[in-house]
Amino acid sequence: MTFSPEFEQRFTEMLTHYPSKRSVLVPTLLYAQDEVGYLSDEAITEIAQRLQLTELDVRNVISYYSMLTTKPRGKYNVQVCTNIACILRGADDLWEHCQKKFGLRHKQTTPDGQFSIEEVECIGACSWAPAMQVNYDFHENLTKDKFDTILDGYKKKA
Amino acid sequence: MPDVNITVDGKKVTAPAGTLLIEACKTVGIEVPAFCYYPGLSLQGACRMCLVKVEKMPKLQTACTTVISEGMAVTTDHEEIHQARKSMVELLLGNHPLDCPVCDAGGECELQDMTFSYGASESKYTEAKNHKEEQQWSPVVFFDRPRCILCYRCVRVCDEAMDVAALGIQNRGSGSVIAPNMGDHLDCEECGMCIDICPVGALTSGAYRYKTRPWEMNHVATACTHCGDGCKTTLGVRRSETGMEIVRGDNRDKSGPNGDFLCVKGRYAFDFANRTDRLTQPLVRRNGKLVPVTWDEALTYVGQKLAEIRSQSGGASMGVIGSNRTTNEENYLLQKFARVVLQTNNIDHQRTADFAAFAAALAGRPDATASAREVFDAPAILLIGNDPTEQHPLLAYQIRNNVRLHKARLYVVNSESVKLRRQATLFSQIPSGSEAAFAAFLAGGDVANGANRDEWNALRDQLRKETGLVIAFGSELRGASIASLNKFALSVQGAKLICLADYANSRGAADMGVYPDLLPGYVPLIQGSKFKAEWGTLPDAAGLTLPGMVDAAKSCKLKALLVVGANPVFRMKLDPATFANSFLVVQDLFLSETAAVADVVLPAASAYEKSGTFTNTYGDVQLVKQAGEITGTKSDFEIIVRIAERMGYDVAKLVPFGSGSRADMGQSRGAQSGEADRHAVWLEAQGLELKMNPFDPTAVFDEIQRLVPGYQVSRLNLMAGNDQHTRLDQNGGGAVGDPALIQPANDGLFSSGSTGRYSKTLNTVMENRNRVEMPKVAAD
Amino acid sequence: MADLVSHPDEIKVVSKRFGQGAADIDRYLALDGYKAAQKALPMTPDAIINEVKTSGLRGRGGAGFPTGMKWSFVPKDSPKQKYILCNGDESEPGTCKDRLILEHDPHSVIEGVMIAGLAVNAESGYIYIRGEYRYLSIIMQKAIKDAYARGFLGKNIFGSGKKFDVYWHGGAGAYEVGEESALMESLEGKRGIPRIKPPFPAVVGLWGSPTVINNVETLASAPHIILDGAQKFADYGTPKNGGVRLFCLSGHVNKPGVYELPLGYSLKKMIYEVGGGIPGGKKIKAVVPGGSSTPVLTADEIDIAMDFDGVAKAGSMLGSGGVVVIDESTCMVRFAQYIMKFYQHESCGWCIPCREGTDWLKKTLDRFHAGGGVKKDINNIQYLAENMMGRTFCPLGDAAAMPTISIVTKFRKEFEDHLEGRPCPYDPVGSVRLLPVLSH
Ligand SMILES: Cc1cc2nc3c(=O)[nH]c(=O)nc-3n(C[C@H](O)[C@H](O)[C@H](O)COP(=O)(O)O)c2cc1C
Ligand code: SF4
Ligand code: SF4
Ligand code: SF4
Ligand code: FES
Ligand code: FES
Repeated sequence: MTFSPEFEQRFTEMLTHYPSKRSVLVPTLLYAQDEVGYLSDEAITEIAQRLQLTELDVRNVISYYSMLTTKPRGKYNVQVCTNIACILRGADDLWEHCQKKFGLRHKQTTPDGQFSIEEVECIGACSWAPAMQVNYDFHENLTKDKFDTILDGYKKKA
Repeated sequence: MPDVNITVDGKKVTAPAGTLLIEACKTVGIEVPAFCYYPGLSLQGACRMCLVKVEKMPKLQTACTTVISEGMAVTTDHEEIHQARKSMVELLLGNHPLDCPVCDAGGECELQDMTFSYGASESKYTEAKNHKEEQQWSPVVFFDRPRCILCYRCVRVCDEAMDVAALGIQNRGSGSVIAPNMGDHLDCEECGMCIDICPVGALTSGAYRYKTRPWEMNHVATACTHCGDGCKTTLGVRRSETGMEIVRGDNRDKSGPNGDFLCVKGRYAFDFANRTDRLTQPLVRRNGKLVPVTWDEALTYVGQKLAEIRSQSGGASMGVIGSNRTTNEENYLLQKFARVVLQTNNIDHQRTADFAAFAAALAGRPDATASAREVFDAPAILLIGNDPTEQHPLLAYQIRNNVRLHKARLYVVNSESVKLRRQATLFSQIPSGSEAAFAAFLAGGDVANGANRDEWNALRDQLRKETGLVIAFGSELRGASIASLNKFALSVQGAKLICLADYANSRGAADMGVYPDLLPGYVPLIQGSKFKAEWGTLPDAAGLTLPGMVDAAKSCKLKALLVVGANPVFRMKLDPATFANSFLVVQDLFLSETAAVADVVLPAASAYEKSGTFTNTYGDVQLVKQAGEITGTKSDFEIIVRIAERMGYDVAKLVPFGSGSRADMGQSRGAQSGEADRHAVWLEAQGLELKMNPFDPTAVFDEIQRLVPGYQVSRLNLMAGNDQHTRLDQNGGGAVGDPALIQPANDGLFSSGSTGRYSKTLNTVMENRNRVEMPKVAAD
Repeated sequence: MADLVSHPDEIKVVSKRFGQGAADIDRYLALDGYKAAQKALPMTPDAIINEVKTSGLRGRGGAGFPTGMKWSFVPKDSPKQKYILCNGDESEPGTCKDRLILEHDPHSVIEGVMIAGLAVNAESGYIYIRGEYRYLSIIMQKAIKDAYARGFLGKNIFGSGKKFDVYWHGGAGAYEVGEESALMESLEGKRGIPRIKPPFPAVVGLWGSPTVINNVETLASAPHIILDGAQKFADYGTPKNGGVRLFCLSGHVNKPGVYELPLGYSLKKMIYEVGGGIPGGKKIKAVVPGGSSTPVLTADEIDIAMDFDGVAKAGSMLGSGGVVVIDESTCMVRFAQYIMKFYQHESCGWCIPCREGTDWLKKTLDRFHAGGGVKKDINNIQYLAENMMGRTFCPLGDAAAMPTISIVTKFRKEFEDHLEGRPCPYDPVGSVRLLPVLSH
């Protein structure tokens, strides 16, 4: 399978950073996932071969990390933090609102493949709680209204 | 290593520096509970069962990861420790299905034992358990996730000890789960090591599951009947309608040369013995058809026929084909029977390695052979030819783990890129067929075409620097090449050799003289005066080899042929009509291709159904113990004795049993005045009893120990179930046969000659492997 | 990007350049950037280590281990490569300070890694950034690239003839990977399972070589110590608790944010003055003093000095600097439940007590808060947590147990108030929402 030139460039460069090939595995998986949308069987085979690992070994690693997934998810992954600092500032209401708004449950995807929602643990925005990430973008000091406005923005992009 | 002194529960313990606390405790009989710790596998510190108190440490410490240090004071018995262990068990039970009554491991489960010991009886758990359906990963491996306590033994044994790495750990936290390499199934060597090592019933064997309860079985430790490596396997047996049925093979007795190891054959392929199409009644050909008759009828018929042919055409018109799978006692008896009863030297077997040349080459160096155990400890190993991973699974295991645990250096010279190259310090791939050239080179010759000269030179130089090198070679090396290799071995300090043959008792057949030109112990016929003195007259001239007998049969010169545990029609791809003009008697388990064309077929017991000894390819002799029993069959031993008897032969001359037949020591005077009973004298000197039964193989083993050079091993140790290394102890230098007589079996990991073909498990495993297409695994 | 706050009591050291565009290398240089590294270059490793020891700097990652001492553990005579590993996995709930450093002052982290490298004779350093912080990886990659372009990194740093490389590395979602040995496993491309200790990373670390692992803030403090003098840094704080640190105020406070305050600062003052008190003038019920792993303090226990020793005296820990304030309207059972949800999700699963304990506790707390609790559950919760304590393979088990034990002992009455199907008296709305849990 083929990845983008940027991926290839980064991959080649990363290989020079470490005394062992395998060390590039975790960031490589995340970049591959960013391109494909998820870690497909082909992507796993490809990465395993490049790093001379068994596919089993690669799957063992993938399944450990919460950001990595072998199942397709929405173009926009809405990740609402429900850890303590956020909960104290209304994250449970927000998460409830999020589920209702999309008609989805944790880790489900809209039929059009545009949005998935996910309840996540602390994302390092506690002082600006409640917070969420849409893909890699942080959105903080959220209210339901603010949440709606932000998501409408993504909907327009979708 | 200097010794370190510590105290455990007030007891003084001294152990070498570097010893783990858990092992140090064992030496004074203090058992520290452990799930994840397993000797020889990497440390985990995962189960926290082994927590102990170490003075000056604020927290409890894991005995399985703590290395002892001078003056360490340890407590293993304390309220806090007890509570820690109890809570660990409680935590496990919280999510454990507790289906002990239907679990295969019930009664031999380490979790049950720990629960019993630490009394986690009160159920604190009221939450729903995490349930998952049982999965089948291969024909022989089943996985029940809820029972798994995540000790990671299976993962490690597969990766570290087997170098297969087919099991992984996926997800994390309470979702952690053991996973097979192909997503929902396994592609592996199917050795079942993971099942054996699993402390609970999470991994179960497809061959055994739900068959019985452990306490309903008897456990019999015996030698595996498949390849030449001689693993000890423990068979679980149970009464059945047809006698005794073997229901399980495993490793609970780890005292064999194989320790923890068994391959797929040793563990599962006992099942050929349980087949319903086993022969259980003698068959005699009448009007062109084999019809069942009684044993008495069959034996009488065979006895009469053979006696008649002997008197009409002489012993030279008769032949015997022996087996690679019958016991030493049977082989010895068979060649003695051929020579003294049939009066013929026409006896041979399917030779899978050139032991005759090996014995000849090593003449005068009786201790130059290495045992299976030595492979695990040798500082360096040279492997020429063969693919032990496929053909000698135990050898491969010993080599791998020696490299892993003792940092042995492994040199592999092979025409294929065999898997053991992964453990090799140096791997030299040579053109197929150039093994002999390599041996000649080692012995000081030069490289013919110069292609590998530099590489070979460097390798030879390096090998010469080794001490205690173990050299194992496959059947690629025969005849003069073995002599070359021995010459090279003489130039390496402490070098020892291993000649690799294919079947469970190939070495035994050779050692016992199932050869047309060699008596037991590779004694050439012309030097056989000792045997003649014991047995009386034997024909002097060398007999026919196996192909020679076939030719004689084709030219109608072979009037009778007795085939014991062999299938030449299939193996040698013979026209079934080959033996049409010979009186053909076949002793076998199944109606094999050869049995199908026989005049008489005698149903034999398998090696799991009789007693005796086997000698593995290394020369380690060990006990074969009767586990199963199939009504209607007889051991080859008994059959031979009975045929001799029906031929009118004095059985006491064949099997030394019973007393008083000859003058005893006290009355013997002078050369003629009644010979001393040498056998009885010898027995007395050994402190052994005279056997009273002509069907007792130990009577023949007595004679073997008395007469066969190299078999003077400790009887006590042998009887205690320990493998004993024999010596290649003969002085004359045996006759060297034609290298072309060596016909390797070419069995792989999942095949085992004719017996393998009758193993349901092996067949299912093979079918399964052919069905699921095998994607290439990047790591190999 | 996160908002910045400020308060007059702050002493801005690590946060000095926040909001000043210092991610740009020229701007950084204009703000005294890379002076410390150049000052350290001619110093002997021992001299650097002594400076750090004098500064009283203790690890900002959570355990508070004296940094100078940690560096001195690296065997000097080892012929192996040595590595610096900067821990930017920041995932401890309540903690969001490393993020600001990486965003506003990435070069200070690079410079800190260099100084640590000079102190232990390492030639390379890795900056591990949690996967969620993708934008910070991008900022860091640029910073590293710029530093190479100026000759600050590479084969001949600052023309000194010395070699030093810095690389960034990205995670992919795992709190446990913040534990130092799991961090190394993750960087080596494996599952984040901690390693058996000893050997400690200072002796056997990345790829078997001696490795110094420090938190982002710890390393970012080093340039200031070298440049401004160790004593000055030490004097900010209290004895044995040198310097200032970033406190992340969150939860029920009027002015949440990340404030850099001297060690030893009063917790009460931090909440009421710096944080502007509790919204709606409500009372405090409890405070998490140093990230979710630390035992909670009751309203009566907050009159303490916020340094390692002061918080320890109160029976908790200074931890990672995450101060979470909980007001009187909060249900502590529910709070315990959300804490356990986190640890259950993040347990690596390696060892029995943590894997099974967090799962069991989470299930029990879920049921309990939803109204399905019985009396023996309360003791059971405590029993389970106490039996995890001190017995797990790595400190995550303790981290899950400690807050739980503190809550169930200090707020036992709230548990009793939930018994026998009563809806949560503190959070009727929330508990109704949770009720469906009971039905499945
Ligand atoms: C479960 C767990 C998670 C941790 N997470 C982090 C983390 O995200 N960042 C961090 O700097 N230290 C974390 N630590 C502490 C590290 O193990 C280590 O002590 C620290 O990085 C050392 O740096 P310091 O001495 O500068 O604090 C964690 C520890 C544990 C047990
Ligand atoms: S399957 Fe058995 S051996 Fe493997 S981890 Fe589970 S309990 Fe241990
Ligand atoms: S290695 Fe050989 S002897 Fe051992 S179990 Fe396998 S087939 Fe039997
Ligand atoms: S305490 Fe055990 S299970 Fe929990 S994170 Fe540490 S090693 Fe993993
Ligand atoms: S608790 Fe939500 S970002 Fe930290
Ligand atoms: S035996 Fe020591 S932790 Fe498992």
